[in-house]
Amino acid sequence: MSEQVSGNAQVEDLMRKDYAAGFHSAIESDTLPPGLDEDTVRFISAQKEEPEWMLEWRLKAYRAWREMAEPTWAHVHYPEIDFSSISYYSSPKSMKNRPKSLEEVDPELIATYEKLGIPLHEQAALAGVAVDAVFDSVSVVTTFREKLYEAGVIFCPISEAVHKHPELVKKYLGSVVPQKDNFYAALNSAVFSDGSFVYIPKGVRCPMELSTYFRINELNTGQFERTLIIAEEGSHVSYLEGCTAPMRDENQLHAAVVELVALDDATIKYSTVQNWYPGDKNGKGGIYNFVTKRGIAHKNARISWTQVETGSAVTWKYPSCILKGDNSVGEFYSVALTNNFQQADTGTKMIHLGKNTSSTIIAKGISAGRSNSSYRGLVRMNPGAEGARNFTQCDSLLIGDQCGAHTFPYIENRNASAVIEHEATTSKVSDDQMFLCQQRGLDAEKAVSMIVNGFCREVFKELPMEFAVEAGKLLEVSLEGSVG
Amino acid sequence: MLEINKLNAQVEGKQILHDLSLTIKPGEVHAIMGPNGSGKSTLGNVLTGRDGYEVLSGEITFNGKNLHDMGIEERAREGMFLAFQYPVEIPGVSNMEFLKAAVDARRKHLGLEELSSFDFMKLARDTSSKVSLDPSFLKRGVNEGFSGGEKKRNEIMQMMLLEPSLCILDETDSGLDIDALQVVASGVNAMRNSERSFIVVTHYQRLLDFIVPDYVHVLAGGKIVKSGDKELARELEAKGYGWLESEVA
Repeated sequence: MSEQVSGNAQVEDLMRKDYAAGFHSAIESDTLPPGLDEDTVRFISAQKEEPEWMLEWRLKAYRAWREMAEPTWAHVHYPEIDFSSISYYSSPKSMKNRPKSLEEVDPELIATYEKLGIPLHEQAALAGVAVDAVFDSVSVVTTFREKLYEAGVIFCPISEAVHKHPELVKKYLGSVVPQKDNFYAALNSAVFSDGSFVYIPKGVRCPMELSTYFRINELNTGQFERTLIIAEEGSHVSYLEGCTAPMRDENQLHAAVVELVALDDATIKYSTVQNWYPGDKNGKGGIYNFVTKRGIAHKNARISWTQVETGSAVTWKYPSCILKGDNSVGEFYSVALTNNFQQADTGTKMIHLGKNTSSTIIAKGISAGRSNSSYRGLVRMNPGAEGARNFTQCDSLLIGDQCGAHTFPYIENRNASAVIEHEATTSKVSDDQMFLCQQRGLDAEKAVSMIVNGFCREVFKELPMEFAVEAGKLLEVSLEGSVG
Repeated sequence: MLEINKLNAQVEGKQILHDLSLTIKPGEVHAIMGPNGSGKSTLGNVLTGRDGYEVLSGEITFNGKNLHDMGIEERAREGMFLAFQYPVEIPGVSNMEFLKAAVDARRKHLGLEELSSFDFMKLARDTSSKVSLDPSFLKRGVNEGFSGGEKKRNEIMQMMLLEPSLCILDETDSGLDIDALQVVASGVNAMRNSERSFIVVTHYQRLLDFIVPDYVHVLAGGKIVKSGDKELARELEAKGYGWLESEVA
């Protein structure tokens, strides 16, 4: 208890202090002209003063990417992306271009933040406002870091890890998602800007939920994030990703890679609330979110993905588990909500290699407006997966009559002893349910959000408490205007 | 309380109610009886404003307000409650959460403060015991996996919590055994007072042995063909509806 109190006192103390210079090395005018070639990759690497091996790693990825074709199998439609028209390195927005205060930020955006109950200084951080309050929240990070340091946990930007922990980065970067894994992963490997690095030593239970909430300003992650989490034997970590507010971003393409390594008996719980800008009511603008997330679970290890996806114009994302070690466990809990003209093609891959491995997939898709939501999942039992089990449940909920829900399950079983179960339902928010709610005095929007939240309950209960509350509110905001 | 004047209403293009007039004063219990297809349930749905139930002509005033201008939830917040014949399930939404949202909406309309979660929980527990529902039902999804009798008791619990001024019971007795019927009836009777009115829609006289009405109306072909006191219900039980229909014709 005393530790907690002193921690808070310390935070408050830090909040009162002026921004300590040097915390941020503000890079100015480092935005590259559009286009991607080897020089671009060299430039990015040089900007980060990377060692030679890192540059070589990036170049290898770039050369592979050049030979690859963009995937077209997903159930999403969007105009062709011109990869030569994108700038691959945009430094943090320069101070003078940022909004000076919240008054300069789009009031609609602020209204949304308020509905989500996001504290003022975080609102500022999310909107990219260059005010001292933003840096206060960075100071909070420092306090947390000290506490983590005592436990031996490393939690830092991946660019810093390249310099400070090269042996770990060399060993694990690309070990789960190889450079040539897929088109977007290759692109990310070549040009990734920054991201998080987490290392939990053997037997350590990480003393707090690691959250990206506090690093929004610090990292200014940009469009190509790279995250690497390593949990040593018997360790335990819960990582929360994303902010629960729409982030306006001038970049249309977001191609991140997340790699998780859970060594023997380790547990990694990775929770995401994704709410990138989904485009306007007419389907104009919005983020293309093409993300590769994968974890490898060694003996008796457990990897759990929980995601709530409400943002982005197009989502292409399949957080996956490679269940390599015997008795390892993979879990995927997902809520994907699409409204207006959003499209989501999301699901998971559970690759069972070890004996008695087990996986659970609970996927909830909600479609409103003219949107399309697809579940795409692969369950593969390799010949060595004796006694492996999978349970999959896919539920789709439709709101209105102009949206679509699709399910694409792929099952590959090469072991006769494996057990695979798949359940799927599609339902509508019924008139009877709406009438019951309204007859009890609830307005139509509250009724829909309540029914939808109920539908998602199984997934929400997997989220850390405060995230679950925010996720509920987020659905409410995302569904606005979907009824009546 | 409620004034229905020459109401004509249709469902899916078919007129169901014809020139129906009915006046209900505060504290009165009116039973509406009648054969299948006579428009009994339609009346409840029209009063509560359900989509698809269209008023062609006539007027309904409730607490002095013209219902025509009020949406479903406005009517509910004003104090109109419909206990459903077939309550639907809302999976994953806990009864407690649902009830609190409903009570908060009603209290807000009345200019009262929202109840704290603690106070509400206590109230909800007390109320559930009055209808012999175990408090564990408050944690379960709304009607999710409830038996027929449990669903009906849940309806009565909602009614008790919302303290409406007009309660419409739509064939609440259907599918209930005698014990459940008594629980429901005693719940209703406990709520009777000089301010609150009831419309009890039923097929059978049995319920009216427990909830004794002030007036009994017989609905046939979408209009009230006969009105009387509780003795009329007994007469119907003995003679059926046929004699009334021929009388009208």
